[in-house]
Amino acid sequence: MEKILLRNVDVPDSHTLATYTSRGGYRSWPEVVQNMKPEQLIEVVKASGLRGRGGAGFPTGMKWSFVPKDSPKPKYLVCNADESEPGTFKDRLLIEKDPHAIVEGTLISAYAIQSHTAFIYIRGELVFGTARLERAVEEAYQAGYIGKNIFGSGYNLDLIVHRGAGAYICGEETALLSSLEGSRGWPKMKPPFPATHGLFGCPTVVNNVETLAALPWIIAHGPAAYAAIGTEKSKGTKLFSVSGHIAKPGVYELEMGYPLKKFLDEDCGGVPNGKKLKGVIPGGGSMPVLRPEEIEKVNLDYESVQAAGSLLGSGGVIVMDETTCMVRAAWNLARFFAHESCGQCSPCREGCHWMEKIFHRIEHGNGEKNDLDLILNISGNIMGNTICPFGDAAAMPAAAFIKKYRDEFDAHIAEKKCTVAN
Amino acid sequence: MSVEFSPEALKKFEETLARYPKKEAAMLPVLYLAQQEFGHLGPEAIEYVAKLMGQAPARVHGVVSFYTMLNMKPIGRHHIQVCRTLSCALGGAEKITAFIKQKIGIEPGQTTADGRFTLSEVECLASCGTAPMMQINDDYYENLNEEKVAAILEKLT
Repeated sequence: MEKILLRNVDVPDSHTLATYTSRGGYRSWPEVVQNMKPEQLIEVVKASGLRGRGGAGFPTGMKWSFVPKDSPKPKYLVCNADESEPGTFKDRLLIEKDPHAIVEGTLISAYAIQSHTAFIYIRGELVFGTARLERAVEEAYQAGYIGKNIFGSGYNLDLIVHRGAGAYICGEETALLSSLEGSRGWPKMKPPFPATHGLFGCPTVVNNVETLAALPWIIAHGPAAYAAIGTEKSKGTKLFSVSGHIAKPGVYELEMGYPLKKFLDEDCGGVPNGKKLKGVIPGGGSMPVLRPEEIEKVNLDYESVQAAGSLLGSGGVIVMDETTCMVRAAWNLARFFAHESCGQCSPCREGCHWMEKIFHRIEHGNGEKNDLDLILNISGNIMGNTICPFGDAAAMPAAAFIKKYRDEFDAHIAEKKCTVAN
Repeated sequence: MSVEFSPEALKKFEETLARYPKKEAAMLPVLYLAQQEFGHLGPEAIEYVAKLMGQAPARVHGVVSFYTMLNMKPIGRHHIQVCRTLSCALGGAEKITAFIKQKIGIEPGQTTADGRFTLSEVECLASCGTAPMMQINDDYYENLNEEKVAAILEKLT
């Protein structure tokens, strides 16, 4: 398979403008800004079938088309580089090794919605990645790819690299915009959607790093070439971050629809040390865990993973072998969500902490008979009752761990101790 | 203690404001600048930033208290942040934290008496494929084991 997203990352000095252009970079952007109308560009990306890679999988071209063309307000494009989903480290690789692909994709996306100010919102912890992106932006300004009257087209664009300051919730697009407005990263109700009421109440599109990095290739090769890869509804390639009990962890680029089991056993070298597989989280820490028998027929595309009862999400694949205590794993993720809840909606603010406390007491030998039903009840009361999808993201995995490994939870409570030796 | 930006920081502040379409959007970069200048963001620093940004101190306080990377209390010269989320936990993060605790004699959330180290346990740092890992100030240290950690800590004076 031809690599689209990871085509440059293994090349020496892949982060520099010289290397990027020598490998075909910055050919799409001049073509777009000089010869394409925004409507044409939107049609091309719609035809490619590209869907947002941040987790939700919403069609990118359609997202752009929701921005009103006649609005008198300024429009904003934001690249979401706030990668924080447990088990996900694909955007970080692109940020550090191929920042110009992200910059070029950001410019193309900004042009599609006729934005003249774009931002790359990068998570604050990625200091090295921030430096790489800032340098790439500086180089792109110097080369005339960004700035005033780009290539004589009359189109002006500024690009600002903006650092977050440590808050998982800012990966959610409305929270990200609140943060960019200088506030706490609090999500906002949708509708209205950012496409009409985004940054400072102006039309705004937020696109994930991986989505944007695919754009230069799509423009260069045409939408049909991209749409020819993948499945009927999930087009193109996607990055998967693999971690946990796996022989070869790392970031892999796969054609959409690649079999999960084959991927883990063959490409990633399987579960090491002769241990058996116990569970796989296929799409980052907010997605329900799957048992070994559930992954047999799962393919890595949006529809197949959903049919198996989980979600493709960010493509963060966390592998757990037979030595893993599933109560402890559930507690670990519950603690993550309790720590990261923004505190706005009471079901999530209170419920995440309650779930964390109950998982903790089960794992530490103090579980009570009704605890599992209690967690399922709390989880059910969070689901669908919060402003943003964080509530569901916290509730779904908690319920899935209990439902799929009930015996292990029951044993912890009955024997009043952790029953998995490690 | 008078809390005020140096002339250099004031220049940086003006440059930062000039980059943004609206002043409010510059809040996080200005808070970073203040943290760099003052070491941490105590009540005086928050009041000063509020004045510079034309906002109520309570609002700035609300922002500072929301983000983990903005410190309201002084921290050590080297802020050790061990990732504790699932992939790192599966890779042995708890043992790494226990080793560091024993090595520098403090619990997470504490700072050594000499101000050399602050220890924190933090959530996912997007380095799950190279677990266990930690961040110290601006730098990531990945694929850790006890020997590596000992060697890293020794170099940090």
